[in-house]
Parts: sequence; structure tokens; C-alpha cells
Amino acid sequence: MSISEFSYSAIPADAEQLRAAVRAFLQDVLHDYPAEKRAYSWMGFDAEFSRLLGKKGWLGMALPKQYGGAEASPFSRYVIIEELLAAGAPVSAHWIADRQSAPLILRFGTEAQREKYLPSICRGESYFCIGMSEPNSGSDLASIRSTAKRANGGWVLDGQKVWTTNAQHSHYMIALMRTGDKETSGRHGGMSQFIIDLQTPGITIRPIADLAGGEHFNEVFFDSVQLGEDALIGEEGRGWDQVTAELAFERSGPERFLSSIAVIHTAIAAIGPHPDAFQAREIGKITARLLTLRNMSLGVTKQLSEGKNPAWAASCVKDLGNVLEQELPEILQGVVDEQPQVVGGSAHAKVLAYLTQMAPSFSLRGGTREILRGIIARGLGLR
Amino acid sequence: MRELFESTIERVLSDLCTSDLLREAESGEWPVALWRTLEDNGFPLAGAPEMVGGADACWSDLFVIIRALGRFVAPVPLAEMIVGNWLLEQSGLNARSDILSIASESNLTLVGARVSGELRQVPWGRFADSVVTLANDEAGQLNVVLLDVATAERVRQGTNIASEARDQLSFSSAAIVMSALLPAHLDGDVLLAAGAMVRSAQISGAINELLVMTASYAGERKQFGKPIAAFQAIQQQLAVLAEQAAAASVAAEAAFAGADQGIPTFSVAAAKISASDAASQAAAIGHSVHGAIGFTQEYALHNLTRRLWSWRSEFGSSTFWSKALGKHVCAAGAEGFWPMLTNPELQNLSITQK
Repeated sequence: MSISEFSYSAIPADAEQLRAAVRAFLQDVLHDYPAEKRAYSWMGFDAEFSRLLGKKGWLGMALPKQYGGAEASPFSRYVIIEELLAAGAPVSAHWIADRQSAPLILRFGTEAQREKYLPSICRGESYFCIGMSEPNSGSDLASIRSTAKRANGGWVLDGQKVWTTNAQHSHYMIALMRTGDKETSGRHGGMSQFIIDLQTPGITIRPIADLAGGEHFNEVFFDSVQLGEDALIGEEGRGWDQVTAELAFERSGPERFLSSIAVIHTAIAAIGPHPDAFQAREIGKITARLLTLRNMSLGVTKQLSEGKNPAWAASCVKDLGNVLEQELPEILQGVVDEQPQVVGGSAHAKVLAYLTQMAPSFSLRGGTREILRGIIARGLGLR
Repeated sequence: MRELFESTIERVLSDLCTSDLLREAESGEWPVALWRTLEDNGFPLAGAPEMVGGADACWSDLFVIIRALGRFVAPVPLAEMIVGNWLLEQSGLNARSDILSIASESNLTLVGARVSGELRQVPWGRFADSVVTLANDEAGQLNVVLLDVATAERVRQGTNIASEARDQLSFSSAAIVMSALLPAHLDGDVLLAAGAMVRSAQISGAINELLVMTASYAGERKQFGKPIAAFQAIQQQLAVLAEQAAAASVAAEAAFAGADQGIPTFSVAAAKISASDAASQAAAIGHSVHGAIGFTQEYALHNLTRRLWSWRSEFGSSTFWSKALGKHVCAAGAEGFWPMLTNPELQNLSITQK
């Protein structure tokens, strides 16, 4: 690893020119969308909104045209998604499909799988969730025990996933399952990825209420679930490598540092145009941290666009970004004399109440702080 | 050009910027051989036009030179000279080849072709032949002026934490070498902002070196029968150090990338805040991981950390820039926040000269 790999890259002009259109669209569609809902960030669910984005051509943008994409550069997609996040648009329905599932299917899927799944993702009609964690497998993902076994020319799935975001609203899950013996195939072998239609008999989905009363994640049970041969995505036994290849996409995007941007907006509005020295210092420092994270994230996007796999650099973005996202409600509850309020109170009070409660999850989802720092340490040659 | 600059300056500095040289510099000696080699390789004029013997490099190319100066903590005003020559050229004056520094803290008044007043915190002031700064003329207009250090009425020596010269120069009706009105596309904060920009790059270079030194030490130092790098507590600290190194470097590079049309004060503010805060964290982690050996004069860690503790405060601390940036951002309101962040044309931050 070398820090010089982490170099600044401006957004190219052709991508930048998309910004005005998406911003005007969001101002129009979301003109009466309240601050406390914008605070949901990429957890806000609205299928109708996702379909509108699909009509605009802003989903699956990087995909080939034959599957409904625009063959746009990663920077074009970057402009769209950062505008969506900055506005607090309800993007949760299509978020995983657009960010992760579509690139995975394009890269590892058969021609038939691409034709089956990608066009509806681009239309904003097909939603995906990711089945990774299990009750006894969180950070230690390689210890998963859910199985997929060959039978009757297809596959039979048994086991359980947990903390699966949006499973209750999704059409498909891409799950990591054990297909080989752990003892004979090595620690990172014997695992494969499957695309699972969540309507298949034998699947039970139970939402788990979070501490704020919301239902984002779920338990998903598989009881002798019968799938066809074509449920396997990619190569049997290579699931771990495929999952790892997704991580740089999953960890370097603007959703890893913009989750709390709603509270910056309400705090600046509450402070007004004449901040005192303390308020100015806090807002200024936050602005600098955000700008630097964006520049780091763009640097990783550049590497991804060149076909590299900058896993450790993506981990830097996510860890630093999560620290900022988590600190924002902490810092900004102290800059104006307003208490957080779930019911009643100002926009700032409501947004503060919501994000204060959501913040702990930011450094858990998509890889914990300790796991990310472990990856960075490996990049430094320490382990 | 960028690759050639980087490989050349790294070769020169790794040969010459030894611990012995740093010790001599800290005791007040001017590193004659180092400066001559930098001159021989054309670095003081790297950003100047070819007409005057320069290499006409853009700021993105100059970034790697200045980051390397930080990595090797070179005890010379090369970053300052590159800024000074850039400002002279921007103002229609010719770049200099004798030793040049800059002063961002100035209360000089220009009457005719003579100046009076004080320059504070002039980097390497006592060693410089001349200094570029700004002075108000009788009409209240800002002028770029070049002063001969020998014409100073008094040079009061000062040093930062790393014993780098930061001197106070007083002038009393001293004849200037040359001057020009500050061009309209530049602001009165130009030297403060340019100084902050180059310090951000130097800080990022020094943190980068600190990371290499600390990771390598952790791999060699054994306790409890294994290298301390094998302990998660150490790994996690070094990961944070790597994140800070990356943040400082990218932030500084982004500022340089926008500098060819004038110093981008908004990006510079973000860079100096990010780099200065990174400097604080990085120095603390470097010392924590090194333990007692890192606290000795014999071991080279302090060559980096004492400069990080100095540079983070120079040309505006993290707090200074945060207050300025925050005031600017709040004035634009919540609606203006995101558009400003994403569009350099909306970022016109200006710091009134002190």
C-alpha cells in the first residue's frame, strides 16, 4: 500500500453536466418532502420514486445499453447518487440493486441472468437485498453455515440470514451460502453466491424493529427452498472472492459519509447567517471534513473506473466517513440550544432525534470499524 | 513532468537531507550544499516561465515537489520561494533566482518606492536575500512588493518548535526592489492562502513519512515474543494514521489542482483544516506506537513530529480556517451548502488580511 495510490481526481465535465438536471428534478419532485424524512437518507423507501428515476435513465447507468443502462462512466453515476443523497431522496428501494447487485450480475452472471435481471433494475422495478450475516456470523463472515446443496438438477437451500436490510420489500436476495465442506475447501473456499427469488416457497421473512421503532433489517429463514440450476451466480466455490470484489464498490461511495447530511442542513438553518465563533468553527470543520472525504471518495472512484480493486482505500473512506456521520449529531446537538424531539419541535430537533438514534448503525453496516481497520492494517503489511 | 520532478527531488533530498544536516540547520546553519543542489536542479524556478529560466510547471506538478519537501523536512524556504516567484510572475514582475521568502503577516505601508512597517513570522527570513509581501499604498491599494532583507532596519530572530527560522523584519522607509499593484484576480489573502496550501502539502508529506517510519518500527520492535505490529491495538492505531495520511494528501492535492486560476481559498481552507488535524493525530499515534525511543533526540521521529506541531499552526491553524470557512458557509445558508461544496465557482471565500 502506498498513499500515493490515493490521488485526487476531479469529476470529468461530461459527468458534471448531469448535475443541473438531477438537481432540478429533485427540487421539483421533493419540493414538499420534509426534513425529518430527508434524514432517512438511503433508508427512505419509495418504489414510485425509484420508478421515476428509472424513467429518467438514472439507474444502472454504468450498464451496457443492451441491458437498459447508459454505458455511463462511474463518475456520471457518482454525480447522480451524491445529488440524491444530499437531497435526502428516498432511494432505499433500488439502492442495493443499483450499487451492488447489477454490477455483480454483469460481472459474474451468465447472459441469461443478465437479460433476466438487469433491465428491470434499470427501470427501478426490481429490488435486491444482500444475504450475508447469520446469527453466529457477523464480522467473521467466513463462518456462515447456511447451505445450498445440489439436488434434482437444481439447488436446495437451508439456513438463516439476519440483519438483511430491506428483505421485506425486495424481490431478490443475493446470498452467500456454503456449498462445500469447510474442512476440505479451506477457510475462504466452499462458498457460493445465489440469486434467490424471495417469493419461492420455504422462505420466511421477519422484520426486526430497531431501537427507534423502524423496520429496516430482517431475519430470513430458508427451509428446503428449491431453486433451479440458474440460481447460482458466478462460479461454484468462488463466492468469497466475488463478495470481496464487491466491497470496494460498497465501501467507497458517498453514502458512507453523507448519511447525516440532513442535520448539517437543519443546523445551518437554525444557526442563521451570523454564527458565533464556536458555531462557525464547528460548521467550518465539518465542511472541511466533508469536502476531504468527497475528494477521497472520488479518488477511489477513479481507481474503480480504471478496473482496479482499491480495497484498502475504500476502507479508509468508509471508516473516516462513518466517524464523521456518527459525530455529526453529537457535534450539532451542541451548536444551538434546541433539544432533540421525536414529536413536536423544529425540523432540526426532529432530524437530530432521528439521526442520534441511527448513528450507531453507520459503523456496523457494510463492515465494522474494527474489520475496516484490519483491512487497512493488512494493506500496510502489518498482518 | 510530475514524475520527473518527484523522482528528482526525492533523490536529492534523500541524499542530502540527513539527520546530521537537520541537526546543523537547527543549530542555525544555512545548508549551503543542499540549497545549491536544489538550485542546480532548477527547483526554485520550477513554476516560473521558461523565458526567465523556469520550467513553467503548473501547481499540480509543483504539488509533488512540495510534498517531498515535507517528507524529508527540508530546512530551506523552497516552498515559500515557489509561492513568491509565482506571485511575482502573476503581478507582471520577474521571478528571482536568489533566495526568496514570503511574508503573509505584514502591516507595511508603501510611500513612493519606500516601505515602513513590520513583517512577522517570515520563514527563513534571516537567510533570505529578499522577501515578497503585500503593502498598502497611500491610495489604500494593495501592492506586491519585493524587499531586500539587507534593507531591514532590524531582524528579530524567532524559531518554531522545530527550530526553523521564523523571523520578524522591521523596515523604516526602506527602498523597495520592485513593486506592482496586486492584480485584480488575486485577493489580499493570497499569501496567507498560498502559504496554507503549501504547508498542507508539506504536512501530508511528513505524515506519509511518519506512517512509513512507524509501520516499519512496529514490524521490528518485539514484545511478548512477537512484533508489536501483530497486536490489534497497534494495527488499529496505524490504520487511523494511514487514513489521516490519505486525507491530508488528497485534501492538499485537491487545493493545488484548483490553483492555476488563482489560489482557491475555499479548498485551501479545507486542506489546511484536514492536514492540520491530521498532523495532530498522526504525531500522537507516531509517538504512542514508538514508545520511549521516539521521545529521544537520537531517534529521527521528532524530526517529523516537531515540524508537524509547527506547520499545523503556520499560515492559519485548523481553528483559524474553520472559523473563516464556517462563517462563509453559514452566510450562504442551508440551501447554499451543498451547491457550494460541489461547485468551485460558488466557493469564493476571502480572508481579510490581518
